[in-house]
Amino acid sequence: MKNVMIYCQTSNRAMCEVSLELLTKGRRLAEQLGGELSAVLVGDKVSHLAAEAYRYGAQRVFCAEDERLKDYLTLPYVKIVKHAIETERPEIFLAGATSEGRDMTPRLAAELGCGLTADCTALELGDCSYKDNEYRGVLKCIRPSFVANQLTTIISPSTRPQMATIREGVMAKEPLAAAVSGVCETIDVESLLAPEDFAVAVIEKHAEAQGVDLKGAKVIVAGGYGMGSAENFESLFRLAELLGGEVGATRAAIDAGYVGGYERMIGQTGITVRPKLYIACGISGQVQHTVGMDRSACIISINCDTDAPIHKIADHAIVGDAKQTVDKLITLISNNRR
Amino acid sequence: MRKMKIAVLVKQVTDTRETIEAKVNADGVIDRNSLPAICNPDDLNALEQALRLKDRLDECEIVLISMGPQRAEEVLREGIYRGADKGVLLSDRRFAGADTLATSYALAMALRKINPDLVLAGRQSIDGDTAHVGPQTAQALGWPQVTYVEEIVKCEDGKIEARRRTDEGVELVSVVLPAVMTVGGKSAAPCRPCNVRRILNYRKCGIACLTADDLGGDAARYGLGGSPTQVVDSRTITADHKDTSWVGTDDESLTDFVARLVDSHIIE
Repeated sequence: MKNVMIYCQTSNRAMCEVSLELLTKGRRLAEQLGGELSAVLVGDKVSHLAAEAYRYGAQRVFCAEDERLKDYLTLPYVKIVKHAIETERPEIFLAGATSEGRDMTPRLAAELGCGLTADCTALELGDCSYKDNEYRGVLKCIRPSFVANQLTTIISPSTRPQMATIREGVMAKEPLAAAVSGVCETIDVESLLAPEDFAVAVIEKHAEAQGVDLKGAKVIVAGGYGMGSAENFESLFRLAELLGGEVGATRAAIDAGYVGGYERMIGQTGITVRPKLYIACGISGQVQHTVGMDRSACIISINCDTDAPIHKIADHAIVGDAKQTVDKLITLISNNRR
Repeated sequence: MRKMKIAVLVKQVTDTRETIEAKVNADGVIDRNSLPAICNPDDLNALEQALRLKDRLDECEIVLISMGPQRAEEVLREGIYRGADKGVLLSDRRFAGADTLATSYALAMALRKINPDLVLAGRQSIDGDTAHVGPQTAQALGWPQVTYVEEIVKCEDGKIEARRRTDEGVELVSVVLPAVMTVGGKSAAPCRPCNVRRILNYRKCGIACLTADDLGGDAARYGLGGSPTQVVDSRTITADHKDTSWVGTDDESLTDFVARLVDSHIIE
């Protein structure tokens, strides 16, 4: 049976959004493969979350509970998930590209000798020919390459499971229409873990609330390298405030110091957003950025370059100086409200 | 206390950060040759943490390790100018085509020879962006790992305390040595500049070159053959053309545009 397994990350005994998104995607992949969907839950008192996994299509949940697993720790978590994989022998294994998933999956892949593709923006099942070899029904992991406007497809044809991480917000979550139940298999943590698995210990932990709520924002005003300075970025904050939105940025703008904080970064290595309105200012529109925003309901692009790729995915394109145009819009919108 | 040995993993990468429009060809693809080859930025954050330990400890040696073509010696040299003691370059055609798993295996084989107490690496490279090599090297060595480190706070009694920054906040963790740590991100301290005296001493830079034969191990795990992942396709995206409406920047056009946005409730 060709099964799909999802690592369900939790936070404070609640399921992370990305886990539900991946269960939804995993369910579709399992349907295509004619197999089943399973999930792995690890933590302290997390077994009640199995019900949520069933609701999103998991037929089997492997659950490992222990008070020592309250905080995520690489070695014990890798050992437990590896055990679940070796029991289930899935065809595909997916985890969120969170800091936890990005810490765990590479080590897990190395333990299993399997191929892993990080930060995918799309997953497809299909046939693939490569260097005189024909591969049937393999997982095509698609991610932007570091070369602008290029998408790379990566496969791991000869190792199982085929492993990938996906960022939060990339896949849409959707529970099953009707309530269902599944089977919970308890992993015997005690017999699996050894003292040396606790070589790393968490001494203190401070949750830091993300000050910027880009994912929840209905309107996002985003700036790119073309904004030219931190001063010009101020205009974006004014426009965002006027529209009740948030300010986002491209990696280039943040690297250049125009705006602080990677929590504002939209794109492949940042976050994925789908606001009602996205205003892209001084953004050229390289795929590394657009994969994080191209599903916005309405896109307005402002860029002085007529040929900038961002205009092609925009509903409304304005060819002009970003800062000047934004300032004009601020005045016009304020006037319109009077 | 015995001498502490720190290995720092460094990678030479194409600087993709400065991809402003001028360097993009008409077809939307960056001309890679127009971009400089640099030391991966996160790796410099890792080196700074190693140098800070060296500042604090009586006896400490920093060995840089890189895998790549002969030209990658440049980043080893740069690291030595910034304060590292020596460099080791893993260079062999048999390493070519390595994915992160095969790369990590080769690095781990070299690290076994160097026998450090601590391995520091950048969190991720700007060309691959996978963040795999640190954890996979730790796995190949059978050592614990701490990723997303921004600062090493304490180092004593064969243990290190480090502050790491995750999606959820800040964690202070302790780890028993030997261990692998990855450093990077905006919050990690930038690396100190090159030291002029060290540059003037450039002839004394101790850089060793190792091949697959020197490393030994399982030859099948190096390079393309030891890589479970395969890049099967890279294609330039031509954006699906939306029905873009073009808006002029004159006052009249913009006034009309804002009115339309309000009418259609796109802005409230």
